This record gives sequence, C-alpha cells and structure tokens, in this order.
Amino acid sequence: MYRETEIIQDNANGGLNAGDGDLIINVGPQHPATHGVLHLVITLNGETIKKVEPHLGYIHRSIEKMCESLSYRQFIYVTSRMDYLSAHINNHACAMCVEKGLQVEIPPRAQAIRVLMDELTRIASHELWWGAMAMDLGAFTPFFHAFRERETINDIMEETCGARLTMNYMVPGGVMHDLHPNFQRRVKEFLGLYKRKIHEYDELVTGNVIFQSRMKNVGVLSAADAVSYGCSGPTARGSGVSCDIRKLYPYEIYDKVEFDEVLETGGDSFARYMVRIREMQQSIRIVEQLIDNIPEGEFQAKTKAVLKLPKGEFYTRVETARGELGVYIVSEGTTTPYRIKFRSPGFSNLSVLDHIARGSKLGDLVAMMGTLDLVIPDIDR
Amino acid sequence: MFIGKYIKDIWAGIRSLLVGMKRTLYYFTHHKEIITQQYPDNRDTLELPERFKGEVVMPHNENNEHRCTGCQACELACPNGTIKVIFKNELNAEGKKKKAIDKLVYHLELCTMCNLCIEACPSDAIKMAQTFEHSVFDRNQLTKVLNKPGSKIMDGVE
Repeated sequence: MYRETEIIQDNANGGLNAGDGDLIINVGPQHPATHGVLHLVITLNGETIKKVEPHLGYIHRSIEKMCESLSYRQFIYVTSRMDYLSAHINNHACAMCVEKGLQVEIPPRAQAIRVLMDELTRIASHELWWGAMAMDLGAFTPFFHAFRERETINDIMEETCGARLTMNYMVPGGVMHDLHPNFQRRVKEFLGLYKRKIHEYDELVTGNVIFQSRMKNVGVLSAADAVSYGCSGPTARGSGVSCDIRKLYPYEIYDKVEFDEVLETGGDSFARYMVRIREMQQSIRIVEQLIDNIPEGEFQAKTKAVLKLPKGEFYTRVETARGELGVYIVSEGTTTPYRIKFRSPGFSNLSVLDHIARGSKLGDLVAMMGTLDLVIPDIDR
Repeated sequence: MFIGKYIKDIWAGIRSLLVGMKRTLYYFTHHKEIITQQYPDNRDTLELPERFKGEVVMPHNENNEHRCTGCQACELACPNGTIKVIFKNELNAEGKKKKAIDKLVYHLELCTMCNLCIEACPSDAIKMAQTFEHSVFDRNQLTKVLNKPGSKIMDGVE
C-alpha cells in the first residue's frame, strides 16, 4: 500500500506507479459521488484509468475494539452504525451469534418478525441504492421516486421499532417489542404501492438508452475474479457466482419461504444493476408469504439479565443487502466479548474496484462504484 | 442491413427517452400523487408514532412524584454512559436513613436512542418521548436532570 506522497515521489522519480504524462487525481474524501468519505487516488493516463487506490480511515470508529468493552446486550446497537442502510440485518447477525453461544431457541414469531424486517430493510436499502446510483449517472428524478417507496418502509419501521435508520430492534432472544397493531395493514399498503409503481423503475432508468450504454460492458468482473477477491452479495451474483447465504446456509425461517436466488451472468455493471432490481422483487415475494402467516406466541425468548457466553468461538453469517456479513466472537466466559471481528461485505467488494476499473475511462468509474453499492462506514469500521 | 440496424437503434433510443419523459410529465400534471411534506410548516399537525425514540424522560404525576427507585439498572444498561444516578440520604417517617435519588443526570448529547435503559428499568420510571428537535446553541443545555426539583418517589414503588 502506497501513500499519496510516495506515489507523487515515485512519479517525480519516474517510478513504477506513474509514468511520464500520467496524472494523479484524488476523488474524495468529500466527493459527492462516493457517498461518504471514501478517498480514491486515481492514476490516469489521459482519460484512461491505470490504477485506483482506495484510502480508508476517514470514518474509522474502532467499532470492533469498542465492542470488547460492551456487554452482549449493549454491543448490538453499535453495529447499526456499520452498514447503516441494513441496520436490522447487522443487528440480526450479532443477535444470532450471541444466541448461538447461549444456545437459546428463538420463538417462531420472533423468527418471522426478524425475516420480515430483514427483507423490508433489504428493499429499503436497494431503493436508496437505485436512486443514488441513477443520480450518480446524472438522472435526478429517480432519486425521488426511490425515496417515495423507501419512506413508506421507514414509516413502518418508525412505528414498530421506534427509529427510521438505526433501529436496534433485534435483541438476543428475539426482538425488542412486539409488532405494532398497524404493521400488517401498512406493509400491505406498501406492497400495493410498490406493485403499482415498479414499472416506473424500468421506464425511467432500466430501459433508458443513455443509462444502458453507460452500464453495459463497463466494469466487467469475471466469476473467477469475484471468487478470488472474496466478493459476495449482488456484486458476485452479477458475475454468476451463487453465494446467497439465505439459500446456501439458511438461518431463521429462510428454508421455509420460497424465493429464488437471483443470478446474472454478464458480470458488468448492468448485470449487477439487474441483480438488485430483481432481488427487490424476491424480497417482496418473501414479505408477501410471511405477512399473513406470522405465528402467534412470544416475541422474545426468556434470557438472563446478565448474559455470559461460554468459553469458545462463535461465528454466524447472514446475507445483508450488500453481501455476506460474518460475526466472529471469541468469548472467555465473561460478560464482555474477548474479541469481535466483523467480516463486512463492503470491504471485499471495494477491493475489486481497482481490478475492474483498470483500462476503462474515468467517467465509467462512477458507474462501477455505484453498482458495487459501497457503504463507507461498513468498509471502514 | 447496417443502416437498418442503425435507424432501429436510434428509434429505440428515442423511444426509451420519450417513455421516461412521459413518466416525468405524468407527475408534473398529477399533483395529487406528490407526497412531499412541508416541514417545518406542518409542525402543528405532525404526529409521531408512540414508540418513536426521541429523548429519555421521567414522567411525574400531579403530586410531583416519580417511580424511580435509584436501582441503577439504566445506568448499567447504557452502552455510552449517558445516565448517571446521584444519591442522597433521606430520613423516612420512622427517622431512619434511606437512600433516594438526588439527581438522575441524562446526557442527551451522548445518547444513541437504543432503548436499552427503558428495557432495563424494573419500575417503568423512564420512557422515551417523541421530541426530535434537539438542536441548541450550547452543548451544556443537552445535559438534563430528569427528576423535577423537590420530587420524591411515589408510594408503593419499591
């Protein structure tokens, strides 16, 4: 890993990184197209990208270290701040890992609520990605269309969980509150709205000729490279790599609901785009199956007031909106974890950016970054 | 052959743009479909759900009594050190010394609204309020004392 100063030094000396006439530019950390504080140092030859170097550390909050001083109930809320667009799913992974250590059986109602909330979060996350992605490419209107649906989900979350973004709804043993009495009615309203409006997505963006020519054959990622870089989620599925944790290692009640793993074989930006668009429809399918079949019963299993995990190592993984999130807890038998490691999907997906961007034009970089769906606090914990 | 494909591509391109423009014009002429809320003009009619987590408050009844026993469960449950319980010694009716809360200090600037203190409280002494306009000019104003001056514990709450 080189620092900017070293690259500039190399450039001055005619070194390996940049040749004569090459230009080094910084994209970020306050660049509007990077959705956060991602800093990219790009070596350009004319308009062709020779190298992309992501620089991290601008939003490092040392979440893993913080978790070591928090109890097993407390550390879950911090993970909402990692991938804030799929906060529920992050909390879910942590709660599942603690439950694995405690060997607590989760009531079926809590499992159904968790899956429902996960899928609603996934839709909301993809909505935001869709709007922001189109905005990166110069289309401003889709952003508002995406937020119309996303706000409906946020209102549902606000009613049941009490917050719109960082919910902290999953607790070890189940969920914090029972569902709000209005929940089912409002989710059905959302499903109606979504089905009425889904054709607008294709009319506005997917079918647009400018959009297609900017996405097709841009940032091609082969299946072998996706595997070797550790990509997961829609990024890898766009290259035809089957990696949906919900299908391969089903957790909660994902093995009882019907849905398809969305796969595209193109590997370019348009394939990744189509994976996410189709994944939203699969999430709608899951929500439709579950919304009328939420089992009655307890929403939280009985757990002790002070949680102590037995000595050992515990690992769980879930499928977030961006890919595979793994939570690894090392316990020494005390009330706080000895070590926590998060395997975040964004970090691996970002590492592939240099590979797919080399040789393409600078203007296409935004399309590639958009379809990788980077959330910077998730990359840089 | 080549020219035929060329013209076809151009036509498909123009058509796709027109389809998109039609959608935009639809919303331009259908004002009822627009869902924008005019905050802060709609502040009076704004309703937040009862579970909304805005701020920790301690409800008092009309006799200026609260339900807090000072068990420190909220202080222990808080991940950020937001709540601090300060005690005082009170004389009860029989003249014995009794521990009671003097101040329940709440740092709103540290609070992440995770709801863990409310879950931990065994006597329902604190709850979440639906306020959200928290901005002030000085950070010190965000440090609040939740129990009102001169308040004491409700009878029958242990």
